[in-house]
Amino acid sequence: MTEVSHMHLDGPRGKKPKKRLSPTNIMIYSTLFVVAAYYLLPLYVMVATSLKGMPEVRLGNIFSPPVDVTFDPWVKAWAEACTGINCEGLSRGFWNSVRITVPSVIASIAIASVNGYALANWRFKGADVFFTILIFGAFIPYQVMIYPMVILLRELGLYGSLWGLVLVHSVFGMPILTLLFRNYFTSLPEELFKAARVDGAGFWRIYLQIMLPMSLPIFVVAMILQVTGIWNDFLFGVIFTKPEFYPMTVQLNNIVNAVQGVKEYNVNMAATLLTGLVPLTIYFISGKLFVRGIAAGAVKG
Amino acid sequence: MDQIVDPSISIKHLDLSFGVVNVLKDLNLDVAKGEFLVLLGSSGCGKSTLLNCIAGLLDITDGQIHIGGRNVTWAEPAERGIGMVFQSYALYPQMTVEGNLTFGLRNARVPKEHIREKVAKAAKTLQIEPLLKRKPAALSGGQRQRVAIGRALVRDVDVFLFDEPLSNLDAKLRADLRVEIKQLHQTLGNTMIYVTHDQIEAMTLADRIAIMRGGKILQLDSPNEIYNRPSCKYVAEFIGSPTMNFFEGTVSGRTFACPQGAFSIDGYPSQGDIAPGSAWLGIRPEHIATGPDAADMPIRLTCDVELVEPLGSDTLVRVTAHCQQLWVRMDGQAQALPGSQLAIGFQPSLINLFDKTTEARL
Ligand SMILES: Nc1ncnc2c1ncn2[C@@H]1O[C@H](COP(=O)(O)OP(=O)(O)OP(=O)(O)O)[C@@H](O)[C@H]1O
Ligand SMILES: [Mg+2]
Repeated sequence: MTEVSHMHLDGPRGKKPKKRLSPTNIMIYSTLFVVAAYYLLPLYVMVATSLKGMPEVRLGNIFSPPVDVTFDPWVKAWAEACTGINCEGLSRGFWNSVRITVPSVIASIAIASVNGYALANWRFKGADVFFTILIFGAFIPYQVMIYPMVILLRELGLYGSLWGLVLVHSVFGMPILTLLFRNYFTSLPEELFKAARVDGAGFWRIYLQIMLPMSLPIFVVAMILQVTGIWNDFLFGVIFTKPEFYPMTVQLNNIVNAVQGVKEYNVNMAATLLTGLVPLTIYFISGKLFVRGIAAGAVKG
Repeated sequence: MDQIVDPSISIKHLDLSFGVVNVLKDLNLDVAKGEFLVLLGSSGCGKSTLLNCIAGLLDITDGQIHIGGRNVTWAEPAERGIGMVFQSYALYPQMTVEGNLTFGLRNARVPKEHIREKVAKAAKTLQIEPLLKRKPAALSGGQRQRVAIGRALVRDVDVFLFDEPLSNLDAKLRADLRVEIKQLHQTLGNTMIYVTHDQIEAMTLADRIAIMRGGKILQLDSPNEIYNRPSCKYVAEFIGSPTMNFFEGTVSGRTFACPQGAFSIDGYPSQGDIAPGSAWLGIRPEHIATGPDAADMPIRLTCDVELVEPLGSDTLVRVTAHCQQLWVRMDGQAQALPGSQLAIGFQPSLINLFDKTTEARL
């Protein structure tokens, strides 16, 4: 008997060994490598150039690492670069962008989440019509609405002001955000909503005490979407504001495309990196939050 | 049926449609004070819909709902004096058990000491005192459902509504909680309406069972009556497992003739004379005697054993008699071998006769 069972143990046993260099692995890693290089190379060039002085830039070897590392281009891009007559660098654009983005993100998410909640849970009269219009709105190209929007803002007396742009961003974010929130709230168990109603909670109490605490992940998604969208916006910034309120992107464009003087590539690169830093930070911070949000929201059963 | 005086819940001509689909049609139902009513029916027959209408979670199309003598047709769910327990527990995931229990009371602005008192009492009744500070995610299924029941309990409501509260639990726990719910009902004496599609829950818990089909109540009676005197063939088939055996044939006078033979139906408890015509004869597997006992029965057949399912406490046997398949429930110790012959027999007093076309009881 014992000999027989020994014989059985001769064959494969335990964990199946994994081959490091299987054809599949080679395929996967080489693809990943190519894709990563494709995205990282331009970034490398930008960072390297932004750390070089002008003499080094003029040598024209864009791939060589900086010999003489200097942060002057960054300082200049932030505080001294000229657009037309004023030479304040990007800093003013940065603060304009902050003053545009923060209220727009808060307003659009606050309104859209309530809209989505109402559409998902309170089947009011005309909800379907409203929803159809909303979806339709999400797919209309922005360009179509620019001129009517200009007239509307002019009539409201907001044209050219920061608040006008905030209004525009909030309105244009509404369809897609409402859709996002509606779909999330519909995916929450309906019985939870029913239980809260039996417990005597009304529209706002259910929203604030039951729905909100369960929706951190979707709020983070909406925030990423809105912050990057609004921060990166160029078109609305140019159209709906005056030069003194230009957001960072518009100012970056003006710096990079300035016609007078020599092209200071190192300053331009630094300015571009500075502008991209905010969405990048948001991704890094909220990416973590996002994962944690999903984990916290997961209730089995 | 006797009229219920002063019913706890009274539903009058209730209609409910989702768009063009009529889910409930002219439904009338009176539930007595302290009664345990079970709504039983196959999936999609409108049980949950009816319960949601009573709770006020669905806007009804037509009709009236009275609870505790008050017309609550247009009242909000919280104003109806009902508590509801859901299949998926529906506990608020970000609140502790205590938070879950007190949410309704806090919404109603009940004073703090009062809340504490009620929570303590409910927690004691349901034996969830050690769990009060935990979040629902840290509870087992049975504990969660207890908390869900507690949520209805603290609100001191007259009517409890249960929508398949035990169907997410495993068999053992289901049996335990079933007993607890029955005990709870005996202690509290509240009116309870309980939706299920588990016959055992229905039979064991109910004072009365309402069998529903296609948005209508087919029969509303005590479990005993529903089991022994089903009002139509659908109810007869729905209750009992394995399901009732049916013979297809014709009734004339006091005999039922079918391909398996002519059976005397002397002793069948019918109201008045049975008009001759095509009919179904139904007999439950557990009402069929076998072996020596069968010899004394007025109706006798000899069959071939096809299949044997020993269950321990009893043995289910599938037999054929002249191309007719029958299930027979035998004693657990009984011996039957596939391929052997088995004598069976039954009493006319235990049969059920249904009209062939209307399927109503004769
Ligand atoms: N919101 C809705 N819109 C349209 N039809 C619905 C809606 N809710 C339920 N129905 C329909 O109403 C009928 C009854 O549904 P209900 O949920 O009451 O069934 P049930 O008896 O509780 O079934 P189950 O045992 O599966 O829970 C079903 O046919 C269902 O398709
Ligand atoms: Mg249901």
